[in-house]
Amino acid sequence: MRPSFDEMQANQDTVREHYRSYQRWLSQQPPDVMRSRREEAEMIFRRVGITFAVYGAKDEDGSGTERLIPFDLIPRVIPAHEWQEMERGLRQRVTALNRFIHDVYHDQEIIKAGIVPADQIFKNAQFRPEMMGVDVPAGVYSHIAGIDIVRAANPDGSGTYYVLEDNLRVPSGVSYMLENRKMMMRLFPDLFSEHRVAPVAHYPDLLLETLRAVAPAAVNDPTVVLLTPGMYNSAYFEHAFLAQQMGVELVEGQDLFVRDNFVYMRTTQGPKRVDVIYRRLDDDFLDPLAFRPDSTLGCAGLLSVYRAGNVTLSNAIGTGVADDKSIYPYVPKMIEFYLGERPILKNVPTYQCREADDLHYVLDHLSELVVKEVHGAGGYGMLVGPASTKDEIADFRKALEANPGGYIAQPTLSLSTCPTFVESGIAPRHIDLRPFVLSGKTVQMVPGGLTRVALKEGSLVVNSSQGGGTKDTWVLEA
Amino acid sequence: MLSRTADHLFWMARYMERAENTARMLDVNYQTALLPQSADAAEKGWKGLLSISELTGDFAKRYGSVSARTVMDYMVSDAANPSSIRSCLMAARENARAVRGTLTTEVWETQNQTWLEFQRMVATGAFQRDPGAAFEWVKFRSHLSRGVTVGTMLQDEAFHFLRIGSFLERADNTARLLDVKFHAVENEYFGAVQAQSQGNAKDVEYDFYHWSAILRSVSGFEVYRKAYRNVIRPEKVAELLILRPDMPRSLAACMNEVVANLRMVANEQSSETLRRAGRLRADLQYGRIDEILATGLHAYLTQFLERVGTLGLGISRDFLVPVEA
Repeated sequence: MRPSFDEMQANQDTVREHYRSYQRWLSQQPPDVMRSRREEAEMIFRRVGITFAVYGAKDEDGSGTERLIPFDLIPRVIPAHEWQEMERGLRQRVTALNRFIHDVYHDQEIIKAGIVPADQIFKNAQFRPEMMGVDVPAGVYSHIAGIDIVRAANPDGSGTYYVLEDNLRVPSGVSYMLENRKMMMRLFPDLFSEHRVAPVAHYPDLLLETLRAVAPAAVNDPTVVLLTPGMYNSAYFEHAFLAQQMGVELVEGQDLFVRDNFVYMRTTQGPKRVDVIYRRLDDDFLDPLAFRPDSTLGCAGLLSVYRAGNVTLSNAIGTGVADDKSIYPYVPKMIEFYLGERPILKNVPTYQCREADDLHYVLDHLSELVVKEVHGAGGYGMLVGPASTKDEIADFRKALEANPGGYIAQPTLSLSTCPTFVESGIAPRHIDLRPFVLSGKTVQMVPGGLTRVALKEGSLVVNSSQGGGTKDTWVLEA
Repeated sequence: MLSRTADHLFWMARYMERAENTARMLDVNYQTALLPQSADAAEKGWKGLLSISELTGDFAKRYGSVSARTVMDYMVSDAANPSSIRSCLMAARENARAVRGTLTTEVWETQNQTWLEFQRMVATGAFQRDPGAAFEWVKFRSHLSRGVTVGTMLQDEAFHFLRIGSFLERADNTARLLDVKFHAVENEYFGAVQAQSQGNAKDVEYDFYHWSAILRSVSGFEVYRKAYRNVIRPEKVAELLILRPDMPRSLAACMNEVVANLRMVANEQSSETLRRAGRLRADLQYGRIDEILATGLHAYLTQFLERVGTLGLGISRDFLVPVEA
């Protein structure tokens, strides 16, 4: 019997302290009321157009498919003391990661100190030699970071938070955090008068403040824009939402052009200079002259303006070197190296298949481990040992043996569950948490983050592209 | 404001207005078809409707014979017809979605809801069951869209480009309606005026329904009575729909709005476009219906449509897709 940890139930008869009043309320709700609330939520999400596009899928009339991300009515509740600890840990971790990226593109002290092997950095496809020696405002590279955290059950029945993954390039999902809260307040206003739930609605304000703080030094009143790949991108709703909430222009590559080493946007009143670009576009697509020449999403000449310090890109180019799964195992050591502190948040113990001993162990224990492609994302390219068939394991073994350096492995964590409203009623489902950490002149975040939930019974995959849903996340105030 | 944003706003408003006017014309034809009339006249009505939108050829190729059913299908729910109500509502919604951050939540939700609801109405057969109610619904969604825009949007550039789109499209649509209704059937109905002097009561009655149908299609029947307190006469109908600045769907009223909003967004390169718009408006302001009729209504409206088209191109060049760098 694998250990399990439920966020609400300490055991069958005991509800955890911080869930008590919610659970009392929930037990008084007739199931049909909850059902009709859920339908109401779905209708509102559709009317508001809170959808994501599914790549490749088409409706019968040929237009792109827009889907709702399933929203679960039962919140994930985090007690104040747990959040305080987590917040300190996030602050520490993101600060160290930013120091690491700066170091990689400058003096590379961490390599000289023998902590991170040089080839782990230079052979990484996300390493951008174009960034060597480039100074960015405040020395901050990842202004918006999404850190994926899970709670895993220990054999004694307690739970421990682990960082599963750092997302330092273009993390998404924050709009769902905000919309889920709005939805909960609309559906269940009485709940919020009974619980002291820390507010999150000021996130766009903090984001704008962060973006303005990292504008090129010479600019007094910076013009900030949000660069989107366009309305057919899966996260377009979020791009439009954040631009609107911040009151900044939502631009596409075709709206921008470079002249005399500055970036301008085409407006109805002529060209207007742009100082900060919150880009929701991967490095590869930013500038066809520097990266992928076939990209029509970016702006030709952008990199040279950026290197000259005449525009800020947020996040910076080349942050991917630090959120790769092959770098992940080194983060605790980074924290000690740059900050001289003990890491507050734990890493999941990780086997690096590039190491002979680790590989040996992993090959012997495939059926117990989760093996991940170093560059994979979105829950693709991974093997969940305990949930896989013999054939799947055999296939994966071949791939792993052919390219050990491309994989890491971790013990199968028993992710915590949270009561979730599913077809058969209320049942436990596995969840994770993505808090969003903003780094400008200071490090800031709103309490909580996006809780994703694997709606399929027993599933550990929370990604929306693979049947995941979301929940509102409540951090209770002390 | 971004040029691309202005472009989306302009077209969002145009498509919504076009959906409304298509619904208006379909509605009038549908109502008229309920009157006792020859099959020939009914068919002429549906043909006229296709020719207003310059779709006669495309329709013939895809559907063949003209009937109430086929034209309605083609103009309401045909995804392959770029002027169908479906295509217009979808285009309006897609344009809105591209700039949803520029719109107020209410404006966006109105556009989105209209599109979702429309799809539902087509799928459930509501349009076929009661076309009259469905056309009425399209009109009201358009009213709502404009009302929500005026009621919630900051009166900045975004607002002005929306208004320019609405009124330029309306000017175009009203002119087309007039042209087809007067020109295509000119002989027959002006013939009826002569018949009146010969005391042919049947024709006079028929005439009344024809002109009142035109007025109804632009919500102008009661307006006409109020403005003229007289029997319905073709030249007065033309005057009302072309020259009366207080009639909200007249060419004069539309051009007043276009000019006023264009002035608010003027930039360094737009002076020629503003001059053209101002001149077109002045022609309407100082025009007289007897002169227009004397030179020929069809020629006049053809020229008007050309000038509106040129104006649209100018707006596009000066504001929406500027060439630079």
